[in-house]
Amino acid sequence: MAMAASEIERMIKDAIPDAEVTIRDLAGDGDHYAARVVSQSFTGMSRIKQHQAVYAALGGRVGGELHALQLETAVPQSENI
Amino acid sequence: MSAHDRIADIVNAHDIVLFMKGTALFPQCGFSSRAIAILDRLGATYETVDVLQDPEIRAGIKDYSEWPTIPQLYVRGEFVGGSDIMMEMFESGELQQVLAPAA
Repeated sequence: MAMAASEIERMIKDAIPDAEVTIRDLAGDGDHYAARVVSQSFTGMSRIKQHQAVYAALGGRVGGELHALQLETAVPQSENI
Repeated sequence: MSAHDRIADIVNAHDIVLFMKGTALFPQCGFSSRAIAILDRLGATYETVDVLQDPEIRAGIKDYSEWPTIPQLYVRGEFVGGSDIMMEMFESGELQQVLAPAA
């Protein structure tokens, strides 16, 4: 089973409205994705908590119908002078 | 013994434990393979648990850590993360520090 990249992005943004989501389809098979999610809401959260927030947004699909989601999370970089 | 208790016993019995698909010599998934490569690169001494051989652990580990995917790394009883977090921490030098006292 596979999920469209647009569907993944929509689900993440529904749960984390300010998220900047970048998705790459790694294998071109709609089943192996890399996602980078940047959100102010991650501020002060451990990496584990940040990833758990994204997994929660995807409602249990990761590890199930979405086998491979390489995930990177970050807080937006403040403008440095 | 419940799956939760079995997992607790395993992570408390070994300083560094990787729950993975397959074995260190023959990983059965790209993410598990990447996790092993990182640990080997750091020269860590670690224990592995092949979840494919143990359906109860395979299901239970996801609840134990509230983490939906395998592999999962535990150091001194603490859940550290999956392969993406391991890679990020490896690149930033944090993983070396986390493993250091145990390695």
